[in-house]
Amino acid sequence: MSASDVYDVAVIGGGNAGLAAALTAREQGARVLVLDAAPRHLRGGNSRHTRNLRCAHAAPTDVLTGSYSEDELLADLTRVNDGETDAALARLVVERSAECPAWMQRYGARFQRSLRGTLQLSRTNAFFLGGGTALMNGYYAAAERLRIEVRYDAEVTALALRDGTCEALSVRTRGGTQQIRARAFVAAAGGFEANLDWLREAWGDAARNFIVRGTPHNTGTLLRALLDAGAAPIGDAAECHAVAVDGRAPKFDGGIVTRLDSVPLGIVVNAAAERFHDEGEDFWPKRYAIWGKLIAREAGQIAYSIVDAKVRDRFMPSVFAPVEAGSIRELAARLALPADALEATVQRFNAAVRAGTFDPSVLDDCSTQGLAPAKTHWAQTLDTPPYWGYPLAPGITFTYLGVRVDADARVQRAGGAPFENLYAAGEIMAGNVLRHGYIAGIGMTIGTVFGRIAGRSAAQHADR
Amino acid sequence: MRIAEPKAEAARVLAVCNACRYCEQYCPAFQALEQRATFASADVNYLANLCHGCGECLYACQYAPPHEFAIDVPRTLAAARVASYEQYAWPAQLAAAFRSMGSGAALLLALGMTALLAGGTLALNAAALRGPVTGADFYAVVPHAVLAALFGGVGLLVVLALGTGVARCRRDFAAAAPPAAHRRAGSIAAALHDAFTLRHLHVAGADCVTALEVRTPWRRWLHHATAYGFVLCFAATCVATLYHALGYPAPYAYTSGPVVLGTLGGAGLVIGTTGLLWLRRVRDPALTAPDQQRLDGTFTVLLLATAVTGLLLLALRSHAAMPALLLLHLGCVLALFVTLPYGKFVHGLYRLAALVKYRREQE
Repeated sequence: MSASDVYDVAVIGGGNAGLAAALTAREQGARVLVLDAAPRHLRGGNSRHTRNLRCAHAAPTDVLTGSYSEDELLADLTRVNDGETDAALARLVVERSAECPAWMQRYGARFQRSLRGTLQLSRTNAFFLGGGTALMNGYYAAAERLRIEVRYDAEVTALALRDGTCEALSVRTRGGTQQIRARAFVAAAGGFEANLDWLREAWGDAARNFIVRGTPHNTGTLLRALLDAGAAPIGDAAECHAVAVDGRAPKFDGGIVTRLDSVPLGIVVNAAAERFHDEGEDFWPKRYAIWGKLIAREAGQIAYSIVDAKVRDRFMPSVFAPVEAGSIRELAARLALPADALEATVQRFNAAVRAGTFDPSVLDDCSTQGLAPAKTHWAQTLDTPPYWGYPLAPGITFTYLGVRVDADARVQRAGGAPFENLYAAGEIMAGNVLRHGYIAGIGMTIGTVFGRIAGRSAAQHADR
Repeated sequence: MRIAEPKAEAARVLAVCNACRYCEQYCPAFQALEQRATFASADVNYLANLCHGCGECLYACQYAPPHEFAIDVPRTLAAARVASYEQYAWPAQLAAAFRSMGSGAALLLALGMTALLAGGTLALNAAALRGPVTGADFYAVVPHAVLAALFGGVGLLVVLALGTGVARCRRDFAAAAPPAAHRRAGSIAAALHDAFTLRHLHVAGADCVTALEVRTPWRRWLHHATAYGFVLCFAATCVATLYHALGYPAPYAYTSGPVVLGTLGGAGLVIGTTGLLWLRRVRDPALTAPDQQRLDGTFTVLLLATAVTGLLLLALRSHAAMPALLLLHLGCVLALFVTLPYGKFVHGLYRLAALVKYRREQE
């Protein structure tokens, strides 16, 4: 093997974090290789399904309205984390978030103008024009222009390590397994949310019925290899972000359109036609992420959102047509639910509803009384046909388990000195900053900030 | 079910788009679709005619083929657009022309028209075909009265057919009920501006795509050359008609109004249509539908044939070949004329109607 077969930097994973690392390493003059496990049309990992990133900014910009101070962003991040974040790394992400949009634009990213679109979010989040797939197309075009080598269908299955230094990668390609050598490596291959066997360790057989909202290629092979090699883990292996999606969604890659926003406007029952949680606990954007796990705990990992004609224009249209019926009994038949039980549940619910002023834009005073579980807001009797039912299933978005890094994105070892030439960015290390919960767009912020840090660190290491 | 099928597919695709909305800032088609919850036939027709086929949304789509949702908005709306042309066509019996006539058939039609004209001339005015060409006098070959009657008559039928199509289109679009569409005085002017600048082919500050991450202004500029070339040629004919009415007879000097307008227009048409035919070969075929492709090709080829024969006729108007060239050119023009209501030409009218409606829906 000649010297020219040794890359300066090999980036494992071709999503937002991987490309940010690759482009940054190239900026430093490194000879860069990107390995993506997916075929070309699925390149970009879960970044394909994203839409925006969260950025602090002191004044309105071309892509953000108003201002969003670093302190406010840090406070938002700390709140969802229950205070459990690595404060220094969280602060680093927040501080470097502001410069992300301009840097991304240099490499083909285009953003929506801040005037329109999902207005309530344009203060805190910069939206990619056309979404994450368009963002990745821009990045890959820039990578090609800059002569970064990209290999698709190339899954890294093992690391050849000696004394904390990674010497080579085993890469499974269509033509067989290959060894690839580089001076420095960036691990940016995402989490393990598409690996149902791994998820079973925490969720048991329920995991079989999980719907994976993103790429089927996030199987956690690299994460497992790093942990087996002694990388310090961070985050709870049993933790995942899972939302309620339409039960008819494809097993993988259904993305954004499989979500269902009807839950707070009606009732949700399980396969026994019984309610099991307060549907009106809080605004949907603040609650949708708990429903994936709630449904995962019900029999068969299935539930049904039921609304009546009064509210059917009150939520985003779903990509799947609702199951429609003229009566609750008929709806039960169509959803294959026990009819008597569903009628009884609806009757009990209707009897418990206390009239109020229905208003989905506030935490209104429409609630149930003497019902367990209660519905604390937006409770209206189900009485106006046609009734609509949607099957719901747990849709897993991402996992939290990752590897511990330092401020240079260098992967830490469980006992002893950090790895010499191994860096990490994106979901595989997001647990350093995000231990629980989620705030929209923070994954892409962590990916961009740490991708750039890892790319620079790796290029500098290679240059030594 | 050639009309229903593309619409059902469009309704399926648009429902996915409406649940996603990532493309909302690419163009008006997405902004208009977000104002609707369902996509009935009229909604599909309106959105299909609003779409300029710029192609951005295909490459941005996380659900593009080979994803099982198989979302290709430009292709789906192109197919629906052609179906809408068929739906609006008058008389309905000729609607099938929208999908059956290819470029070859169009050229054959032009040759057939030429043959008819030649036959008529041989029968009635054979001397003109035999004798020497004098002073570039077209009317010595085909008398002015004959030309005026023929093209006036065909023109009337064409206008009637186009007018009926536009009326049907507007009635249909009106049924695509927007939440609140206001008749505003500025809507038509704004929509005309959108149409004449092809604003929606370069929205969001970038030109439309030829392939993944390849954005070029060519489609826009070539369309401009073609459309404005067509307008200039039409203007040349109008000015010449006016001259004739004022007693100022043809042939006109190379520096005269009709000849300058016609030459510029002809050059625009030749450059524009040749370029568009080239672009049609190199542009990613996923960005359009086969029916739309064929329609584009037929109209473009007829325009090119008309322009080339027109320019040749001008250059050789004192040459012995003039009578033959004149008949060929007139044959092309006739073929172009009679196919106007059943070919790609209608896109200009229906798209303008969609742009007017869009302007009314906004604000």
